[in-house]
Amino acid sequence: MNKVLDVRKLSKSFGGLAAVTAVNLHLNKGELVGLIGPNGAGKTTCFNLLTGIYEPDKGSISLHRDGQEYSLEKRKPHEICRLGVGRTFQNIRLFRDLTVLDNVRTAMNRTVKYGLFSALFHIGSYHREERELIEKSMELLKIFELDGKALELAKNLPYGEQRHLEIARALATEPALLLLDEPAAGMNPAETAQLTRTIEWIRKRFDLTILLIEHDMSLVMKICERVYVLDYGMLIAEGTPEVIKNNPRVVKAYLGEVAYA
Amino acid sequence: MMNRLFEKGRMKYIFALLVFAIGQLLVVTGYLNDYLFSTLTTLCINIILAVSLNLITGFTGQFSLGHAGFMSIGGYVCALISMRIPTVPGFLLGVLTGALAAAFVGFIVGLPTLRLKGDYLAIATLGMAEIIRIIFLNLKITNGAAGLNGIPQFVDWMWLSLFTFSSIILISNFIRSAHGRACVSIREDEIAAESIGIHATKYKVTAFVIGAFFAGIAGGLYASYFYFLRPTLFGFSRSIDILVIVVLGGIGSLSGSVIAAILLALISTYLQAFPELRMVFYAVALVVIMIVRPQGLMGSKELSLDLLKGFGRKRQRGGS
Amino acid sequence: MGQFLQQIFNSISIGSIYALIALGYTMVYGIIRLINFAHASVYMLGAYIGYFAMTYFGLGFVPSILLAMLICMIVGVLIEKIAYKPLRNAARIAVLITAIGVSMFIEYGMMFLVKANVRSYPPMSGFLAKSFSVGAMTITAQQILILAVTIILMVVLQIVVKTTRTGKAMRAVSQDREAAELMGIDVNSTISFTFAIGSALAGAAGVLVGVYYNSINPLMGMLPGLKAFVAAVFGGIGLIPGAVLGGYFIGAVEVFVAGYGNSMYRDAVVFAILILVLILKPAGLLGKSGREKV
Repeated sequence: MNKVLDVRKLSKSFGGLAAVTAVNLHLNKGELVGLIGPNGAGKTTCFNLLTGIYEPDKGSISLHRDGQEYSLEKRKPHEICRLGVGRTFQNIRLFRDLTVLDNVRTAMNRTVKYGLFSALFHIGSYHREERELIEKSMELLKIFELDGKALELAKNLPYGEQRHLEIARALATEPALLLLDEPAAGMNPAETAQLTRTIEWIRKRFDLTILLIEHDMSLVMKICERVYVLDYGMLIAEGTPEVIKNNPRVVKAYLGEVAYA
Repeated sequence: MMNRLFEKGRMKYIFALLVFAIGQLLVVTGYLNDYLFSTLTTLCINIILAVSLNLITGFTGQFSLGHAGFMSIGGYVCALISMRIPTVPGFLLGVLTGALAAAFVGFIVGLPTLRLKGDYLAIATLGMAEIIRIIFLNLKITNGAAGLNGIPQFVDWMWLSLFTFSSIILISNFIRSAHGRACVSIREDEIAAESIGIHATKYKVTAFVIGAFFAGIAGGLYASYFYFLRPTLFGFSRSIDILVIVVLGGIGSLSGSVIAAILLALISTYLQAFPELRMVFYAVALVVIMIVRPQGLMGSKELSLDLLKGFGRKRQRGGS
Repeated sequence: MGQFLQQIFNSISIGSIYALIALGYTMVYGIIRLINFAHASVYMLGAYIGYFAMTYFGLGFVPSILLAMLICMIVGVLIEKIAYKPLRNAARIAVLITAIGVSMFIEYGMMFLVKANVRSYPPMSGFLAKSFSVGAMTITAQQILILAVTIILMVVLQIVVKTTRTGKAMRAVSQDREAAELMGIDVNSTISFTFAIGSALAGAAGVLVGVYYNSINPLMGMLPGLKAFVAAVFGGIGLIPGAVLGGYFIGAVEVFVAGYGNSMYRDAVVFAILILVLILKPAGLLGKSGREKV
């Protein structure tokens, strides 16, 4: 097996309250894995630990890419992104007052080679690189059918398109591993179906490994190859959607939480 | 479509040349007397200060109340150098060294303080400017509270317009580059910016250093034109003056800063005889803007020079 | 040794004044997360009210200070109602800029009305003109007065905050405004109350400074205001004991830097402390650091 992400004994507590306790999980290359659990189970905290927004109390996170192993647990968010981990946020964090194009273009910043002087005087490779950035951004936006709205402000997009734009922005950083935090939240069934197809498609197109937090069970059961279940910060089950669906502990954790959709 | 997305922007140079030519004409024909020229100098200095503060506060979202501190460094360094080398090259050397000194201090101060957020950063930069002022108040070489007198005067319309336009153009160039966009993304959402690989601290410091550099240039011009410097010129109220321009014009709009600077120059010319009233007016303006139109006159929009192209623009067919 | 004790006593006098001003900063920050720049102007206003009351109306110290506290209280509440309340849900920077505007308005408006020149408080008479020698120390009656007034005000403040309904509401709102609102606490009147108390304390500090230093001017609030804010940050902004601790600490730093070092660098040291505290322990000496929710 070709592991991309290997998390061992990951723990984090806030002021004595354990948010995540000794979580082990791994992702193989090209896998699409779901992370589910009731509200407050520690799913988003896991993402924040993986992306360096919080520093873990204990445990290790290692990323394998191009035959190299990188440990992520002491790194800053921007370094982790540059190592190839992209993410979206549960409560959409777009650059609201920037255009759709700028949202994506800014995410391509690390490919920019021209320095401060070229930026100040608009000389050197500035014009060529800027043109390339726009072309690449437009290509990416086309995938999400947002190219026609490139110059609109992100905050003026309808909700579903904002979710799509956030994924596009994450892809613009050229990740190997993509973390999606409730991508279908707030979407209607038709939009969710559309999103499902998009996720499948970008996975192949960009050769991605995806970890996905989701409340919408239909989406998880449909596209995830494996599922991890968190409850009270602890991993209570792991396996294929079929196995998970029938696991009594999972059913119990979810009872009264969300009805199966 | 691509053409619309990718702007070349040669208009600004033509515009700058035009303004310079008109100004030069007025100077040569004597329409611009000493009094008007001193108002114009103050205006240009204020524009440089406001545009550079806007880069820090408006575009990068880092609230700084210490811009006067950087200005004073530029001023004193330029004064000390040009007093020893009283020639045009000496003056230019003074302005550039002063700006570099201000940028250096900006770097030293920015590195630790820019980790602070919002109002904490504001108060830290305010403290920094006060410390700089107190140091100038106590140094022998800057002649303490009495300040420096008889700084050689080299600022004429050519230098003034050259420095003013280069400041505006360079800062606007920076904003329309990948590095500038990184700064703006930090203002929009720092956590999201970091999640897409933007090194927030690096870009905050970069914006701070560039802003300090141009504030230093403004200080150098000030020293050379008004030929005397005192630490009291660079107190808290100077920083507030600059902030008023930025806020009035629109946080995140360079043309807004320029327009606001012109507007306030007109107002303070009329209120010349009542300096207290001018400050009261500033105060009321601040409060009213914040309550009624917190985004300022221009919001984050720019007055595009393309408007000037007007009809010529029609010939460009929109393609995709 | 004598000199040292003398410095200690001097720093207690100055520290008391800083502590009184810092309390207003800290309470307001605690409740609406705003650095109330206008607070320093209210303090200046207090000094002028005291001056006018004593000079033109011939009032004694006690009625003068009470009058100053009352008027400052009203002004503080008005400032909040007119300038800050419309911005309750605006960006914090917008409110901060407004606060700077209000502060400038009061200071330069005052300058316009009473002119920029320095004015002197009338000379004190009776007990307040006396001074006492204790060993090598000289303690003036005014210093005793400052300390006494400060202690009285702090005890009253403590009683108000700890035992009254409004005081409890204040603490609740500063913990969690939304929750407090849900519990039926009138948030608006609680915020007004906080401004009232803070401004009254600043007014008292203004009169005390007038009596102690004997000279006032329209911009007198700026520097002490900033230093009092440093005091509040030092002790942990939002915390009442922190403001008192910070006030006395800043008072001591000032007196000792001036006494044993270079008095010209006195203010620079205070600001350097501010920057260091902000960088090393932004929650202040008594504060706990929080985390941002993502």
